[in-house]
Amino acid sequence: MKGWGAGAALLAALVLALLLSLRFGAEGLGTARVLGVLTGEGSATDRFIVLDLRLPRALLAVLVGGGLALSGAVFQALLRNPLAEPYILGISGGAAAGAVLVLALGLAGSASWFLPGAAFGGALLAIALVFGVAVSADRRLDVRVLLLSGVVVGAFFSACIALILSLAEAATVRSAVLWMMGSLAGATWRSVGIVAVYTLPAALLLIALARPLNLMAIGEETAGYLGTDVEPVKRLAYGVASFVAAAGVAFAGVIGFVGLIIPHAIRLVIGSDHRLLLPLSFLAGAAFLTLADLAARVALRPVEVPIGVITAFIGVPFFLLLLRRSLR
Amino acid sequence: MSSPAFHTKELSVRYRPGGPLVLDRVSIAVPRGSLYAVLGPNGSGKSTLMKALLGQVPPARGAAFIDGRPVQAWKRRDLARWVGAVSQHEETSFPLTVRSLVEMGRYPHLGPLQPMGSRDHEAVEAALTRCAALDLAERFVDTLSGGEFQRVRIARALAQEPVALALDEPTSSLDIRHEMGILELLRDSAREGITVFLVTHHLNLAARYADRVLLLDRGRVAAEGSVEEVYRAEVLASVYEWPVAVAHDPLSAAPMVTPLSPR
Repeated sequence: MKGWGAGAALLAALVLALLLSLRFGAEGLGTARVLGVLTGEGSATDRFIVLDLRLPRALLAVLVGGGLALSGAVFQALLRNPLAEPYILGISGGAAAGAVLVLALGLAGSASWFLPGAAFGGALLAIALVFGVAVSADRRLDVRVLLLSGVVVGAFFSACIALILSLAEAATVRSAVLWMMGSLAGATWRSVGIVAVYTLPAALLLIALARPLNLMAIGEETAGYLGTDVEPVKRLAYGVASFVAAAGVAFAGVIGFVGLIIPHAIRLVIGSDHRLLLPLSFLAGAAFLTLADLAARVALRPVEVPIGVITAFIGVPFFLLLLRRSLR
Repeated sequence: MSSPAFHTKELSVRYRPGGPLVLDRVSIAVPRGSLYAVLGPNGSGKSTLMKALLGQVPPARGAAFIDGRPVQAWKRRDLARWVGAVSQHEETSFPLTVRSLVEMGRYPHLGPLQPMGSRDHEAVEAALTRCAALDLAERFVDTLSGGEFQRVRIARALAQEPVALALDEPTSSLDIRHEMGILELLRDSAREGITVFLVTHHLNLAARYADRVLLLDRGRVAAEGSVEEVYRAEVLASVYEWPVAVAHDPLSAAPMVTPLSPR
């Protein structure tokens, strides 16, 4: 019951966030004009602003925010570690190294898919490295090794980034730093489509794994005794959650805190049952990132604030408050 | 003739290829409806035997059988309906109520998205009642004492409505009341026909409650049989590398082991 209430509230919040993000921006459109465009009317300029600029951007925020929160919840269960987050397998480092390389070589402008393609490739390379190390001699996936090799592979890519940046020009360094703090400014219908193809089926698959994930969170041996095929579930959940994070990072850069904080906030409200936790985390992450992107666009207009800054500024105090309340 | 609940044939286990044998050609048979205790010093392979028997650790040679079928041939889900197992360690990483932990015992009976039915709720209530844990149901697991937590985990295993139970040292670090409560519960379960495979350190309690015992020594079977057959002072002394005397408990009449002071 608590779950349905929370679900309805989050869905309402998401719809509201979407409407707000269509309404506000560099040019404030009235609610009537936005609704006009959505019902198939409105001027050509209004239609362009709403349908080609703001809507894909808002939908990308929904997909990336939802995907990050969902993937963070899955990693926290699998690693049985409350500090786990979507980038834990070195994904952010790998993606950033790929992106920075393309920026430094001056290739980012030559084709629109170069930058996301390189970031996605870097993320996949990191995932493959970390998996390769963590699969032990008897072909089991060792969770502790996964965690450690993720951190080490991430550190290696950070060193690569530092090397590339130290040789790059000032303008490149600036665009690289901005990319690494995340932005949804590059959203197009094409990027929304690609991220949706990765995120939505993956989200359904992960939600279908909710019961095995409940069991994994209390330990692999017990999960096995309660009927879970531990090794296939681990591989599937890690692989799919990593792909979701990688698709998001390719088109939106590294956006911190969503994947860490949202699952915890939901857990504090509805508990640890993944059948509720996973779908509600997706909704909450989607609403949160949509609002964060809105704030990024309007807070210091006309300058756009990196979205990673906003997620940290909103997320951290909110989370600390929740934490205080739960301790009382 | 029906096959034993569990049996092994020349079961050997090593944890890494080329590593030492943790179990060395162990052949045992656990009769249906019996309380079968596995004894032995630290590192003698008791926990490994339970894990290998339940398919968590692959055999290096030989095989383990459940209900006459090789354990590797069982689907994990079917196995979880047949055996309720309680491992040595378990730690919940996120806040969880006792009720939701015990409800996990119903997962092997449910489809991936199928909600619990009245049948499932009844099984959970019955298991909680059985383990005197009904009043703990709404508590958070991380607020339980050691004894309460073990009772709740056994309740989860009973909620699986299994044919057999397998438990790895369920009473270590518990006080007398909790320890006796669990052993009485296991003996009653065995009397109702549930086969109980119990790994334990407590020689004297095993002597009182077990129908058959296995004594492991560095991965090998040192003795197997009834309590009277296995509890011989010279055998126990050589396995535990400590002098012991075996008398009989004046109250229960079960064999009673007393470790001696050397000299």
